[in-house]
Amino acid sequence: MKPIYHDTIVVGGGLAGLRAALELNRRNVKVALISKVYPLRSHSVAAQGGINAALGNHPRGYYDNWEKHAFDTVKGSDYLADQDAVIRMTKEALERVIELEHWGCPFDRNDEGKIAQRPFGGAGFPRTCYSTDKTGHALLHTLYEQIVKFRQIAERKELVLYNEWLVTKMVVEDGKCIGLIGLDIKSGNLSAFKTNAVIFATGGSGRIYGKTTNALINTGMGMAVPYWSGVPLKDMEFIQFHPTTLVGKNILITEGCRGEGGYLLNNKGERFLEKYKDSEKTMEVAPRDIISRNITKEIMEGGGYEDPADPTSRHVLLDLRHLGEDRIMSRLSGIREICMKFAGIDPVYEPIPVQPGQHYTMGGIDCNIESETQIKGLYVAGEAACVSVHGANRLGGNSLLETIVFGTVAGENAANYTQGTTYGSVPSPTGRRPPRCNNKDNILDDALKCENRKIESILNSNGNENPSNIREELNKLMEENVGIFRNAEALKSALNRIKQLQERYTSISLNYKERRTNLSLMWVLELKGSLDVAEAIIAGALAREESRGSQFRTDFTERNDEDFLKHTLAYFSDEGVRLDYKEVTLGRFEPKAREY
Amino acid sequence: MVQKREICFKVFRFDPDRDSKPYFQAYQVPFVRKDLTVLEGLFYIQEKLDNSLAFRSSCRSAVCGSCAMHINGGYGLACNTLVSSLKGNKITIRPLGHMNIIKDLFVDLEPFWKKYEFIKPYLISKTLPSDHERLQSHSERAKLDGLIDCILCGCCYSSCMVTLTKDEYLGPAALLWANRFYVDSRDDAKDERLAIVNVENGVWRCHTIFNCHQSCPKSLNPASCITNLKMKLI
Repeated sequence: MKPIYHDTIVVGGGLAGLRAALELNRRNVKVALISKVYPLRSHSVAAQGGINAALGNHPRGYYDNWEKHAFDTVKGSDYLADQDAVIRMTKEALERVIELEHWGCPFDRNDEGKIAQRPFGGAGFPRTCYSTDKTGHALLHTLYEQIVKFRQIAERKELVLYNEWLVTKMVVEDGKCIGLIGLDIKSGNLSAFKTNAVIFATGGSGRIYGKTTNALINTGMGMAVPYWSGVPLKDMEFIQFHPTTLVGKNILITEGCRGEGGYLLNNKGERFLEKYKDSEKTMEVAPRDIISRNITKEIMEGGGYEDPADPTSRHVLLDLRHLGEDRIMSRLSGIREICMKFAGIDPVYEPIPVQPGQHYTMGGIDCNIESETQIKGLYVAGEAACVSVHGANRLGGNSLLETIVFGTVAGENAANYTQGTTYGSVPSPTGRRPPRCNNKDNILDDALKCENRKIESILNSNGNENPSNIREELNKLMEENVGIFRNAEALKSALNRIKQLQERYTSISLNYKERRTNLSLMWVLELKGSLDVAEAIIAGALAREESRGSQFRTDFTERNDEDFLKHTLAYFSDEGVRLDYKEVTLGRFEPKAREY
Repeated sequence: MVQKREICFKVFRFDPDRDSKPYFQAYQVPFVRKDLTVLEGLFYIQEKLDNSLAFRSSCRSAVCGSCAMHINGGYGLACNTLVSSLKGNKITIRPLGHMNIIKDLFVDLEPFWKKYEFIKPYLISKTLPSDHERLQSHSERAKLDGLIDCILCGCCYSSCMVTLTKDEYLGPAALLWANRFYVDSRDDAKDERLAIVNVENGVWRCHTIFNCHQSCPKSLNPASCITNLKMKLI
């Protein structure tokens, strides 16, 4: 079968993917965007607090600038972020955020009518721009609106959307990405796509954990597909646990609550963060890794609330009552709605029960400051990528910024590569310009047949494993053994158990064998991605014998710059994860003890 | 000892390729946690009982709009509907209305999106400052509250009596977005926007029945948006 050809393909319809597609179109390159869900259903929509840019619009932000933003980001990362990448992000933040306003993003405003900014954890100035507590929703709609606009003015199918398609394989030939295999979820048919350049912007892998703020679609499949094709995953052990997720559903309760002045209270009604050295000064606006650890410690020392029947319900309280109804209604209306709908609590009158939960994957597909990977023609952006701008711990408000800045960068570089005006900074094996995709059809057709066989073998399997049982065990394992506090024994045991789960995956079966609109088949394909990405997380965490940012090892409690000021690279192999390391780009900011 | 209770999910099933007509299938779902949602119940069915059940989902926190459906007589989101909030021991679930069924609760939303795209859902601005944001006062920005929160889930569209009888009617969601851009102080295409909705199947089709308002899971009011546009046209 002849593959479907597009000049470039973006995989993922969240903020990074949409921004990349727009950039390609603005540079007059045709693009197809493949998304597992309709783009407006992407997980970006759930982002709440805001997007950082040193605009200096806040009265206390007068002396803020990109350099201070860069310093806060590098310090927040526990010095593992690449400083050139951070500086690029914080410099370009201003232009990108203004551009979003020009495209119609409904930012909240200050008294002068400028974009309003609020304080966030780990930031020296109030620099988080926001749209109430639904900033992700506002940004995703704004970018999608531009996509609609570009499609309406497209005369020659310059922007094509493939909604509800799952990419199952990336095809690499001679170190170059030549195409993809995608599953149309509605029809159940697989197709091969041929292209010059691919941008993966598929988001995080939070659903590997049980308690997570992530959407159900964040399975890690988008990281696994390039990983299976030989692209390493970087710094996967750094998992961000958000301090405040709603007990029960683990829906995100934005850091904006604390930025606006909310208190964290233990069961004696004390603001317990003052008891801990690393949060005694900054209290509720300390960085997320610190607060998550201190909440967990407080609970372990008996300061939490607990339902005896359910040990997973242990929590502390987030109190907003003193902010008053007006402020809650105007700036945190989404939080109030979540609390009322999902927990029957009105934060105007009652404190919110919160506990830490998985929130963000700092790691991701390895790429450089130009969003290029080790495979020519493959670019990555957003949470799926690891540039790295977040290092060992991400600051609130920097994830949305990363999607917009590096979505643009990826689009620009993919456009230049496709137009043949650049070879990219990854050295080409031959040193010549990339050839056009010729005679690749047979290779793509073989890959298509191989994927079809894989699906048939799942559907025809008469094994006895229910895939949902494997996922539940994976979730539990990651919660218990690869959580906020880690040690060698637990991690080794986790690695063994992952291998057992991978083995059991080979005998899964479904009781529905049709291909058409088979959602269970989609979840099963993605479960394999979750298992393999989880293995990379555990292997990285076990090998990193130090505590840095979000990774806290109870058996190695100090940061160890001598041995571990380096990025972890995890390569996929049939025998398991192969680890390698890569230098951190330092520069302007000398690594120091991270004190707040 | 906690007594194990079960609740019956009566779910609309239809595979146009295989079934001559739609039917309902009943499933027993354990109801052990008081915060069980309809969406979690559907996943229990899909994962533990019947892999063939098709439905959409994503954020599970009422912001993405994927899991809109008809639950016990009203439209809503499966993810933020608690089973405990519904009366009786049986939950009847149907897909969104006035849409073609692809499979079970998985409907074809293309006509809905086409209408959304028809109203030019993007800011049209003719004057842009080069390197800073346009200014907007608190009161100008406040006009967007209650409009920008729309998640395009399709509940209003499905509950509307006019979309039921007139396929071409733009429907409440698209018209809400038309009004969202019309009232934005930064938009420079007021006349064009009014012209787009000043057609037979635009604002004048609305009979102000307010089903859209009643069914909106975000408590928005598309009918009042339509009324606002009508007022500007008079």
